[in-house]
Parts: sequence; structure tokens; C-alpha cells
Amino acid sequence: MIAKKKRTPQLAVIGGGPAGLGAALAASQAGLDDIVIVERDIELGGILPQCIHDGFGSKVFKEVLTGPQYAQRYIDEIEKTNIEVLLNTMVLGISPDRAITAVNSREGMIRIEPETVVLAMGCRERSRHQVFIPGYRPAGVITAGAAQRDINIEGLMPGRKIVILGSGDIGLIMARRFTLEGAHVEGVYEIMDHPGGLPRNIVQCCYDYDIPLRLSHTVTFIHGKKRVEGVTVAHVDEDLKALKDTERFIDCDTLVLSVGLIPENELSRHAGVEIDPVTAGPFVDERMETTVDGVFACGNVVNVFDLVDYVTRSSEVAGRGAAEYVLQGRKREAPVKVLPGRNVKYVVPQFVSDLGRDVDFYFRVEHPEKAVTARVLAGTSPVKSKKHKMVHPPEMLTASATVADIAEAAKAEGRKIDSLMVEVVDSGKQA
Amino acid sequence: MASKHEYTCINCPMSCALELVEENGEVKSVTGAQCKVGEKYAAEEFTDPRRVVTTTVGVRHGLLPLLPVRTTTAIPRRLILDATRRLAEVVVDAPVRNGQVIVPDILGTGVDVIASRDLDTPAGAGVSGVV
Repeated sequence: MIAKKKRTPQLAVIGGGPAGLGAALAASQAGLDDIVIVERDIELGGILPQCIHDGFGSKVFKEVLTGPQYAQRYIDEIEKTNIEVLLNTMVLGISPDRAITAVNSREGMIRIEPETVVLAMGCRERSRHQVFIPGYRPAGVITAGAAQRDINIEGLMPGRKIVILGSGDIGLIMARRFTLEGAHVEGVYEIMDHPGGLPRNIVQCCYDYDIPLRLSHTVTFIHGKKRVEGVTVAHVDEDLKALKDTERFIDCDTLVLSVGLIPENELSRHAGVEIDPVTAGPFVDERMETTVDGVFACGNVVNVFDLVDYVTRSSEVAGRGAAEYVLQGRKREAPVKVLPGRNVKYVVPQFVSDLGRDVDFYFRVEHPEKAVTARVLAGTSPVKSKKHKMVHPPEMLTASATVADIAEAAKAEGRKIDSLMVEVVDSGKQA
Repeated sequence: MASKHEYTCINCPMSCALELVEENGEVKSVTGAQCKVGEKYAAEEFTDPRRVVTTTVGVRHGLLPLLPVRTTTAIPRRLILDATRRLAEVVVDAPVRNGQVIVPDILGTGVDVIASRDLDTPAGAGVSGVV
């Protein structure tokens, strides 16, 4: 079918969540005046409207906002601009030359041929089928985010006797939410020996309501043919294998899964963007530009940031990068790789194309560790370091290197910087 | 006699590990906080723990059936369940504006419950409207 309408904006942003809104606004402020945001939902905001709890915005706004309040700030700003917003509109594909095919029920097929694209599709929840839980397939097995949408947006109650598998932040938040809505939460079960969510959520979602958090446990069977009638849980050993003799049955009508998030990159692949197998998101440089020229990515599509404030910051970098691409037509130099060093699982951005600008590094540790120093190295010369009393994998760490920091390291190095590394080392043993 | 209490700050994702020292119910010191909010939080957690409450109320004629609401500031922790029960009975009419007071002075705490977002009627909604 041939698309009837064609738009040729300077920038098309795919997704109207916090990443898309932040990128569109930053691009607008940087001088673009022909921007379109394509959003499949009936309103802007992405996942934020269902995240009714507070804890958003402490870094960006220095205030503690709820998810809807955080979204509202950006929606209000968008409404002051001439940015075109296409709601109820689904992007079906993006070609490597950035031609977008979308569809909605007002215009039918839509073709958008922008000068540049920002990918801001966010992430999805890992489901039962991706964690392989044996048992029947009854109703009542639901992901934490889906339960959150049911309760906070649709006004539906997914169940009354709840077991939560996985202690990610959404699972913890939902343990509290179910309790406040009158359900009984039997417990939160976590296969690892440390919680998946932030300590603050363990305090205010589990401890406050006497909800047990059982570490080194998993669900080994789902019972019930039509509706969940219970689950079997068991201790796991050091290799995360369930110990048969510790199995016990728990009576429940709902199993809520909070077992991780995966960046949503189906469209990125269409566009020919290379995906990092570690983050499951596009390889990006310091401007959040992907391996395809003129295609930028930001927010949880790049890696799961956990904090919306970081999503916003990355999106502002992408938005400014997109504006620069359109207005100045910058060509990329040979990229310098950013490598994960000791106790670092991954670093975003994965490469730096221009050492003459400030770079924000986001990284995650592999295992919890006390009294460490996180540092950025150019070759063997330190660019930036920061001490931490405690680091743990759920917490995203950041390091901002200014142009001056990088220049100084280059001087100390005495030669052209050909690689960067981020590592976490024992503060005592640090060279 | 002085004794120590450990808390995890809940005010931001830094989740600072706090240590409070008190003597006969009097707070002597708070350590471990990376900002002033944490110091205040530990003292309050010892004497009068408080939480911000967030939930939803019903909406008539809205784009969505529920409106997210929050207490403007924290209320005593022991009142959380009573506050959510009270709010479960509330139904408002769209349109609602972000920050609009939904229930003033909830349970006599002196704290208002406000709307957490704009919520329009389907006709008044959105940049491109609903299909």
C-alpha cells in the first residue's frame, strides 16, 4: 500500500515517553523548528502515567515528583512549542536511509522522511517465557508493569493473593501497591542473594508493610489449570539451582513477575543500527548517535537506566546531537572505544567520536563492593575518579568528563588517546 | 545511655545508609547522609516516621477512569492505610488540573491531597485527540 501523506521534518522522534519528550524539547531549544513525535498510545508520557508513586526528578528538578507529575512538566513544555505530536500512531518500520512508515486511523499509512531520527522506544518487561518457569499456563501470571497498568490506569484488580517473583523496583513498588489496594502479598522471592531493586524501595515497600523479601529463592512450579491456584517455591544453591528438598507450596491466585527489562529495538534493527549484546541496546557515541549516521537513540532503548532523570539527560544529549547534525552536518571522526574494566559490566556510550566535548558515562558494576573508586582512564592516565562507600548492580553509576578533564589526561598520556576505560577499584589499592 | 539506629534514606535513589545516635530519645548525631534531606529523614524516622502517600481516585467523564493523586508532603506512616481507604471513596469530575486539591487536610494532618496530572475529558484531550 502506498502512503498518501508524506512528511519531511528535520527530526522525527519515535516514542513520546520521557526519552522522546526530552529529546524533542532539547532539539527544539537547540534551534530545530520542524519536529514530529510519533507515539502509539492515546497520550504522551510513556510509562510515567502509570508510575503513580513518588521518587522521580531528584536529579533533574531537585524535587521528588510522582511519575505523572514528571511527565506533566514535559508535556506542558511540549505544548508551548510547535512540535507536531502524532498520537495513536504506530511506527511499522524504519529503513536504513531513515524513511519511517507509520499508521493511524485518521490518516492511514503515513510516510515520514526526516533529516534525522531519535529512537526513544523504551523497554519491555521480560515475561514468563523468558525465565522458563515450569507448570501450567493458567490466568493470573502477570508482569509487574502490566499489573501496575491494570491497577493505576484501568482500575482493574489482577488478584487478591499475590506472590511476586523478582525484586526489581517495579516488583517492590507493586508489592506496596497491591497491599494498599487491599490484596495480600505473601512475599517477594528473589533468585539472587541480593535484591534487584534499590534499598529505598525495600524499606518503603516491603519493610513498611511487613512483606517478606526472600533472597536466594525461586518459583519452581505454577499450579492451577484455569486460574493460578498456587506456586511452589524453593531455595536455590550457589549455582542458582533449586534445592528439591526445600520446596514448599504457597496458596495464591496471582504470580507477579518482576524479572527484568529489555530495551525494545525491533525498529532499530530495521534501521540497520548495530546492537550491543551486553546492553541489548544500540552502540552509541557521546552524542547518543548510533552506528547509522543521523540516527540517535536515548533512554531505555539504549540500556535500562532505572532512573528517569538519567533517561532525560541522555535524551537531551541526543536531542542536541540531532539538532547539530541537521544544522551543522557534522561528520564523525574515527571513534575511540570505551571499554568496561574491573568490576564494570558495561559502559554507555560504548565509543566516543569527538574527544573535544563533555562526555557523560553511565555504567553498572558486576557485583556489590564496598569502599571503591570508580574511574575513567584515557590510556593509562586518569580522566575522572569518584569514591563510593558501596556500589551494587541495581544502581547506575555515572561519571562526567569535561573537555578540560580529557585534554589534561591526553597531555599526561603524551600521545593521541586511542582508548578509554571505566573501572571500579578498591579505594585502598588504587595507584 | 547512647544507642545507635540504622536507616536507609528513601528520599532519592541514592538510598544513603544512615546511622543515628540517640540518648534517652534525644537525637545526638546522624552520619552517612550525602545531603541535608537524609539527616532530617533519620531524625524523623526515629521520632515520627512519615511517608508521602500516592494512590488513585475515581474520575467521571475523564479520558481515563482514574486520577493519580499524592499528599503534598509526608504524613505519619501509621495513617497510610486510613488515608488510602478514605481516598478510595473519592470520585471527581474531569477536567482536573495538575496540582488541584482533591482532598484538603487529609485525616486532619494539615496535608492536602492533590492531583498528580492534568486529566481532560475525551473531547478536550491531547494534541491530536483520541481516535
